[in-house]
Amino acid sequence: MSAVEASVRAEGRSSRWLGSVFAGNPGAVMSRSWLATRSTNWLVVASGFLEPVLYLLSLGVGLGTLIGTVDTGGRQVSYAAFIAPALLATSAMNGAVMDSTFNVFFKLNFGKLYEGMLATPLGPLDVALGEILMALLRGALYGLAFMGVMAAVGLTLSWTALLALPALLIIAFGFASLGMGVVSFMKTFTQLDWIFFVLLPMFLLSSTFFPITVYPPAVRIVIECLPLWHGIELVRGLTTGVITPALLWHVVYFAGMVAVGLVLATTRLKALFLK
Amino acid sequence: MPTPVITATDLVKRFGDFDAVKGISFEVAPGESFGLLGPNGAGKSTTMRMVGAVSPRTGGELSILGLDPNRYGPEIRSQLGVVPQSDNLDVELPVLQNLIVYGRYFGLPRALVKQRAGELLEFAQLTDKAKTKIDDLSGGMKRRLTIARALINDPRILLLDEPTTGLDPQARHILWDRLFRLKEQGTTLVLTTHYMDEAEQLCDRLVVVDKGQIMAEGSPASLIRRYSSREVVELRFGSARNASAAEQLAGVGERIEVLPDRVLIYADDGERALEAVRGRGLEAITSLVRRSSLEDVFLRLTGRSLIE
Amino acid sequence: MTTATTNDFDGPSTDASAAALRAALRPRRFGALYVLEHRLRAARQAWTSFVFPALGTPVLYLFAMGLGLGSLIRQGSGSVDGVSYLVFVAPALLTAAAFQTASEEFIFPIRVGFKWNPIFFGMNAAPLSPGQIIDGNVLATSVRVVLNGLVYFALMALFGAVPSGWGVLSVLAALLTALSFGGPLCAYIASLDKEASQETLVLRFVVMPLTLFSGTYFPLALMPVYLQWIGWISPLWHGTQLARDLTYGAGEPGWLVAVHLAYLVATFVVGWQLARRIAGKRLNK
Ligand SMILES: Nc1ncnc2c1ncn2[C@@H]1O[C@H](COP(=O)(O)OP(=O)(O)O)[C@@H](O)[C@H]1O
Ligand SMILES: [Mg+2]
Repeated sequence: MSAVEASVRAEGRSSRWLGSVFAGNPGAVMSRSWLATRSTNWLVVASGFLEPVLYLLSLGVGLGTLIGTVDTGGRQVSYAAFIAPALLATSAMNGAVMDSTFNVFFKLNFGKLYEGMLATPLGPLDVALGEILMALLRGALYGLAFMGVMAAVGLTLSWTALLALPALLIIAFGFASLGMGVVSFMKTFTQLDWIFFVLLPMFLLSSTFFPITVYPPAVRIVIECLPLWHGIELVRGLTTGVITPALLWHVVYFAGMVAVGLVLATTRLKALFLK
Repeated sequence: MPTPVITATDLVKRFGDFDAVKGISFEVAPGESFGLLGPNGAGKSTTMRMVGAVSPRTGGELSILGLDPNRYGPEIRSQLGVVPQSDNLDVELPVLQNLIVYGRYFGLPRALVKQRAGELLEFAQLTDKAKTKIDDLSGGMKRRLTIARALINDPRILLLDEPTTGLDPQARHILWDRLFRLKEQGTTLVLTTHYMDEAEQLCDRLVVVDKGQIMAEGSPASLIRRYSSREVVELRFGSARNASAAEQLAGVGERIEVLPDRVLIYADDGERALEAVRGRGLEAITSLVRRSSLEDVFLRLTGRSLIE
Repeated sequence: MTTATTNDFDGPSTDASAAALRAALRPRRFGALYVLEHRLRAARQAWTSFVFPALGTPVLYLFAMGLGLGSLIRQGSGSVDGVSYLVFVAPALLTAAAFQTASEEFIFPIRVGFKWNPIFFGMNAAPLSPGQIIDGNVLATSVRVVLNGLVYFALMALFGAVPSGWGVLSVLAALLTALSFGGPLCAYIASLDKEASQETLVLRFVVMPLTLFSGTYFPLALMPVYLQWIGWISPLWHGTQLARDLTYGAGEPGWLVAVHLAYLVATFVVGWQLARRIAGKRLNK
């Protein structure tokens, strides 16, 4: 191809959306990620799904005996059926955040993987999207496995539970894109701790183990702003079959999170590597 | 001269209020092997990153294959092979996978990439390491793999930032041999180095850069002819005595340079200059007559040596 | 130039040997403390990572589990083990936090020191012995567990979760929990050489199940029998029961208290001694 041809092809492309940050090839980044996953210990990958199952077994049985049933949206459900969707949403969050923060942090600060990628036609948005989509794929597989467990022990109370899978994807997408955007600001391991400082209270407080009706109204409003609360409520509505229009708001919340996260991640990758 | 593949005019790069590149201009013709020679911190890598379309310039003009990198980043990068100063191989993947995956970043068909990857392993003399983990390769092997990787898209221009820094002499020679082959095949090479022997071996033409500016330009031989004498006498009198000895040598040869560890006398006939030194009753601890090199050009231009 | 020089260390010289013997006196005696100092200095660099969790985690857990979950349980079964859920769960949260600290502190710093950034080899090239290096790390974790435990305990008291006056001794139960798990863990991690994500596997297959099946959030007896054995071998269950005896007088029979104590001490001593031997083989091979 001559230089002129290159320029002709280029004219066609640069007029397209996001010319300089996107080459339309996040698939290459994904398949790289898939190969890298394949060469790691399979037990590590497979055991990723263990955590929510163990939580469900331990708390569902143990606390279930102490608690009995819980009211959710006017419907009485067993304690296990109450926490299972919360564990599902939480594991989607954890998986997405780990993949998009810790893994990305190492690649940003120690490995030079992204530098190599960006020396090719790939742009920062290809890299961000590719990494995030891969995290989603992993998350979806874990989610599917956990929902299989839920169905097997009779914790999916309605056919709408099927919709929980796409719901998990958008939850994970929101957390992964925002996580990647945020981690690009971090320079030290100590700063990574902040991720835990945010995740832990969200995990403990967002109606995971008990309904937020136990809180005074002021606390309740704060919790209702947290993304995990939206995620849990969305998934819980779907698996318990308590369907209300409010579920749509949760979806809108995550759509906004995805948009903000992607713009942030792309802008930051551009600032970090194309300087 | 045919249409240049790279044209830089008054190129400037500023980081904050620090000018890393202060208005440099050069052209690279297709098939040429072009070098940037300069000490650490001269701005070589910064220039290479601008040419590689991963670093927007602060000022001046830059055209790669007739395109402006600010606008046509992906397009330009699709035509480049980049060997960065420090290897950035994918440590999570074995050797062969590194090549294949990298080729996919260019959107090349899988079959083509696989075939090229095999050929390039051959070229990089790494065929028997195809399944090895990156961490288990020697420094020289990693470097060769990085070069092979840079060739996966059959680039029109190969950018090499200090290709042999940090390698042992044997590994360097293997690498030079590979680069020679590329040069013979007509690949356009742009390389930076702070080794004068590397520049002399590999570059048809080079610019000497220091502190973000071009000090001189030409072929290695012409630069040496222009800025140095044919031969050099290196004398070591011991670090305490070099300066005082040099004073007594005034008038010997064409020019005298005093470095902390030695005194250099530039002369067309080194042996005669050495005779003259002895004639003045001075006995050096060691003495050596050699041909002039780019090192001497740099010293002449900047008053400093390349490697400090 | 080859002028012959003499110096203090040329040839056999009683003076030189004596100087060496003198110079090693302090390292021999205080070596473990120097390692401890190293760890404390490192901690100071990243003090936020230590201070914020030490304060934040107890408040969060006491609030969420003790009060939030507690209010759900009040509506359900009412009291647990004869006390409010907050009182029941608080000592378990204390020991579980110590257990968690131990699993972090005996995995990452040990793995780093032997492999990722092998500072232990540097310490051993100085006069410190492998055993002292292990001891210093055990001390460092103990310091952290005790300090965290005291903070935890103070907050428990503030939440009104400690009826008994002997309660503060539950911090020692937490320390025993941490060491009983930490000793064997330290030995295992010290023995690792290859990279195979063993740390992740330990966290997932050992730390997490032990945390969830050691009767932390509910009495172990509520688990089906085929899961109860996890509690019996778990340092966390033994430590938690001790802590419960201390904070609200859980009223276990004396022999059972003795079993808890003996199990915790024995696992620590065995693991710790093993870790010292493994460190010795690894650093001085
Ligand atoms: N991203 C950056 N931010 C600030 N200063 C930089 C950056 N990159 C390079 N520099 C500075 O620019 C100068 C030239 O660096 P570089 O191009 O790497 O030199 P060379 O490759 O010739 O050794 C150095 O002083 C370096 O510190
Ligand atoms: Mg450089």
